[in-house]
Amino acid sequence: MKDPIASVVRDMKPSGIRKFFDIVSEMKDAISLGVGEPDFDTPWHIRDEGIYSLEKGRTFYTSNSGLLELRRQISNYINRQTSVTYDPKEEVLITVGGSEAIDMGLRALINPGDEVIIPQPSYVSYEPCAVLAGGKPVILELEEKDEFRLTPEKLLGAISDRTKVLILPFPNNPTGAIMEREDLLKLVPIIKEHDIYVLSDEIYSELTYKGSHVTIASLPDMRERTILINGFSKSFAMTGWRLGYACGPENIISQMTKLHQYCIMCAPTTSQYAAIEALKHGERDVEEMRNAYNERRRFLMHEFKRMGLDCFEPYGAFYVFPSIKRFNMTSDEFALRLLEEEKVAVVPGTAFGDCGEGFLRISYAYSIENLKEALSRIEEFICRF
Amino acid sequence: MQNEISELRQRILKDIEHDGRVNLHDLAVRLGVDETDVANAMSDMEKEGVICGYHTLIDWDKTDEQKVTALIEVRVTPQRGQGFDVIAERIYKFAEVDSVYLISGGFDLMVIMEGQSLKEVSRFVSEKLSALESVLSCATHFIMRKYKVNGTILAKKYEDERMLITP
Repeated sequence: MKDPIASVVRDMKPSGIRKFFDIVSEMKDAISLGVGEPDFDTPWHIRDEGIYSLEKGRTFYTSNSGLLELRRQISNYINRQTSVTYDPKEEVLITVGGSEAIDMGLRALINPGDEVIIPQPSYVSYEPCAVLAGGKPVILELEEKDEFRLTPEKLLGAISDRTKVLILPFPNNPTGAIMEREDLLKLVPIIKEHDIYVLSDEIYSELTYKGSHVTIASLPDMRERTILINGFSKSFAMTGWRLGYACGPENIISQMTKLHQYCIMCAPTTSQYAAIEALKHGERDVEEMRNAYNERRRFLMHEFKRMGLDCFEPYGAFYVFPSIKRFNMTSDEFALRLLEEEKVAVVPGTAFGDCGEGFLRISYAYSIENLKEALSRIEEFICRF
Repeated sequence: MQNEISELRQRILKDIEHDGRVNLHDLAVRLGVDETDVANAMSDMEKEGVICGYHTLIDWDKTDEQKVTALIEVRVTPQRGQGFDVIAERIYKFAEVDSVYLISGGFDLMVIMEGQSLKEVSRFVSEKLSALESVLSCATHFIMRKYKVNGTILAKKYEDERMLITP
């Protein structure tokens, strides 16, 4: 019999997170700091709008690109936040989470053999999506000494004649790193000179704790070569609604829309109606959640410092990425022992790329009480070394 | 400077509104400011009457204590030159009375009171409240169940149902 599985799929590594998830699920009364989604519920007025749309019987497909009203709201929202303008009719595509936008974006841009620069540590799906699209992932290892920001030197080092796409995952999961305007400005001439397209995954943009988030699309000449990806999961605590979007120049978005039309049809209708409400009236919710995350972030940094756990100060997302290098254990060993001995689950940095070795991802999408309990256990643990 | 102070005050109020027991050191760490700044802002706000007290939210239904809470709509005749203030004061001075609000609409004062029993509340309404000279009428509503009080849901506990590890 023929092998039923395609080699490209067979060769794809299972996510490092998956392995750890299986171990944690077995463990009774473990406290987890391993979650990559908000602890807040979707604000009720947004959920209510979703329910209302169901009551009204709005259970049909929307247009492929998504409800025009939602695309208008997104266009206005991005314009308010970043001053970049996208035509809601031609330059906005509503997707099933940011994840689909990543997939569609890469497929739309990549020819067989094109190189895709993927800075790591970063979200787990860029590499497999690039491979599925026929591209060749080129891993660029970010370093703690740069606060895990992408420097022009590092970018230059990863570029070849075949480079087509740069993935820009900031604010970053798992490190919490951000790219400020000056950081981005330094990359622009290189990107232009080498004629590279940017897939900018800005799903955590609202969770920025130092100034406001800057998108590379707002920098001179970058709009035409950038696919801006964002969504509702992190900013409005709507992970389960599976709703994201891609914005970019018409020539790219129209091709992504074609793909989306064949693969997906359209994003979930209920979620789209709820999302309109989120953008219309959700600003205060976002601010309150951001403030709450920021308080927890400060609290964690303070506690790490007190207990002598090294950690650069992250200014984005809801993760901290402490270094455990002084304990002479791998990230895997540390995470496993912490789980077995103190019943605290964190994610080893290596789940987000080899260069995550020596680090842990700790999520602060938890209440302060939860964090306190987990931290006191972590302290118990590290005191033994 | 003035802006910073008022921003810090807002942040403090937001945080202690639902957690009056947070300690100053923790609060200062979370807000990223000095502990003395937090202490000063709080004592200033206490002096100015912005912070009026630190209460404990108790679900008496879970204790052996019998308590009945009633909302009483009161219609009154305002007094010349003093409006509702005098009559409101006469009402809120009763120890049984928990809250008094001046209300727009079909009645004037909303009085919330707690008593040990229905009888006690009825007695208060008929003998004290209705007997006041400027009170025209009272409509008493007994609270049967408290679902949510001051922003806290009492009726139900919500568990964290997220998966333990997600990317």
